[in-house]
Amino acid sequence: MKIDRSVRVEDKLFCNRYLVDAGRPHIKVRAHTRPSSQLLALLKACPARCYDLNDKGQVEVTVDGCMECGTCRVIGESTGDVEWSYPRGGYGVLFKFG
Amino acid sequence: MIEERFDAIVVGAGMAGNAAALTMAKKGMKVLQLERGEYAGSKNVQGAILYADMLEKLIPEFREDAPLERHLVEQRFWIMDDRSHVGLHYRSEDFNEERANRYTIIRAQFDRWFSSKVREAGATVLCETTVTDLAQDAYGRVIGVRTDRQDGEIRADIVVLAEGVNGLLGTRAHLRERPKPNKVALAVKEMHFLPRETIEARFNLNGDEGVVIEAAGTISGGMTGMGFIYANKECISVGIGCLVADFHRTGKTPYELLDRFKRHPSVAPLIEGSEVKEYAAHLIPEGGYKAIPQLYGDGWVVVGDAAQLNNAMHREGSNLAMTSGRIAAEAIFQVKSRRLAMTKENLALYKRMLDRSFVLKDMKKYKDMPRLMHTNSQNFFLTYPQLISKAMQTYLRVDGTPKTEKQKSTLKSFVNARSWIGLFGDAFRFARAWR
Ligand SMILES: Cc1cc2nc3c(=O)[nH]c(=O)nc-3n(C[C@H](O)[C@H](O)[C@H](O)COP(=O)(O)OP(=O)(O)OC[C@H]3O[C@@H](n4cnc5c(N)ncnc54)[C@H](O)[C@@H]3O)c2cc1C
Ligand code: SF4
Repeated sequence: MKIDRSVRVEDKLFCNRYLVDAGRPHIKVRAHTRPSSQLLALLKACPARCYDLNDKGQVEVTVDGCMECGTCRVIGESTGDVEWSYPRGGYGVLFKFG
Repeated sequence: MIEERFDAIVVGAGMAGNAAALTMAKKGMKVLQLERGEYAGSKNVQGAILYADMLEKLIPEFREDAPLERHLVEQRFWIMDDRSHVGLHYRSEDFNEERANRYTIIRAQFDRWFSSKVREAGATVLCETTVTDLAQDAYGRVIGVRTDRQDGEIRADIVVLAEGVNGLLGTRAHLRERPKPNKVALAVKEMHFLPRETIEARFNLNGDEGVVIEAAGTISGGMTGMGFIYANKECISVGIGCLVADFHRTGKTPYELLDRFKRHPSVAPLIEGSEVKEYAAHLIPEGGYKAIPQLYGDGWVVVGDAAQLNNAMHREGSNLAMTSGRIAAEAIFQVKSRRLAMTKENLALYKRMLDRSFVLKDMKKYKDMPRLMHTNSQNFFLTYPQLISKAMQTYLRVDGTPKTEKQKSTLKSFVNARSWIGLFGDAFRFARAWR
């Protein structure tokens, strides 16, 4: 699967404010050996590029840059691939403008 | 656990929640409002155009201190292909009126102000509090909420679900379905900062006058979607949104789409040299009338984006949210003042009142549009914009070709691309859905 690296999402997220709830990720990916098509779609659909492949070819999520949009929930929750909640009150992205 | 008992709990301090909480508090009801963000607005994203009329109904004197950016004197609509755009502009001096009709706003600032009005009206507003579940009794009636703050429940006669497009609580309590990929759009947006004068010069504005640009065409790469450019005082909102199902299908990335839009020769000069200070993403309900869920039940009502009340054709959402929040609150107050219980039967009043308002009338008018746009996205967002651009260019280039030949070749290009049946079919389907 080819992922578009031409736009540096990290730079975009860098200007955002976050309060990360360390050790309490609000999104979880179901354990798997081979990723489903839904999970693979998230590598591209997530606007913060929170989803990535590890060296075993499994899809992982790192929620630090998450903007809590819900796209991965809409794609991955009904199949059980993604378990989705909001962060605890006050944590997560803090839009200055929105 | 909060031992107090409330008349109403409002989940969410966005447009719908603030309208509902304000209306009920003003009528003397005991209202608790819960918001997961650090402050009202810290989780919210919008373009953003504010429609004055719907806010005026809630706060008549809002212009005195609301954080407004620019009042709109001009609206542009662009049909774009990769190198050009065909535009429709409407600009009128009439919009330079004392009580302007539309403004651009910055949601994080606006919601904070709106929330201060809710507090002033007497509601208890608790931020940094995520509601995790609805509390239901053995019969499934909603009796309150559970939050991540304290264990135990907070009880109220009614819960107003103003939780926005994701609507987690409603889904968890099986009151409605979770949003589907073909019924919600993902929008990404950046805030581009520039000196005031630069913005005014580039957009042809005087003082606080404002312009918004809506754009559709090949910028969405054949997906159902639109781009937007809104001028604020010292920054420009630039964004683009497409159906989640289309992102899934095409494998296009939202940030590449946004960057392609920004690089478009019609867009780039407007934002050149700007400093980007935020990158945001949010869903928009696009399912239209047919996606509206059950709006009320025993002990609950749902308002705003959580109820899918969003008019994608006119890019109106916040005004439908404010209006549905206000109407729900008025219905609840009526039920309460008649000393009736907050049952499904009695709360049907909310739906009846909403049916009579512009909210459901407008939604109903376009009930067939979402499906049409989605099933024909290649034609409407790729083929036609390209054809229109080519037709314009053929028409405008002066090269010695007789005009009759030009017209013929333009017509031929349309027929070749879509066939006569296709063209008539599209026009017919579009007209019918628009009617
Ligand atoms: C990019 C973009 C551009 C748009 N442009 C326009 C425009 O120009 N004009 C227009 O009228 N509309 C526009 N809209 C639509 C408009 O933003 C929405 O219709 C409107 O915000 C809906 O209001 P709401 O109160 O229903 O939801 P929201 O404004 O989303 O508010 C929901 C609130 O609930 C809170 N919440 C959610 N879950 C919980 C929970 N479990 N516990 C506690 N709090 C919770 C959230 O933090 C949030 O504050 C746009 C939308 C987007 C995404
Ligand atoms: S909620 Fe949105 S930003 Fe967060 S991980 Fe999911 S898709 Fe990415």
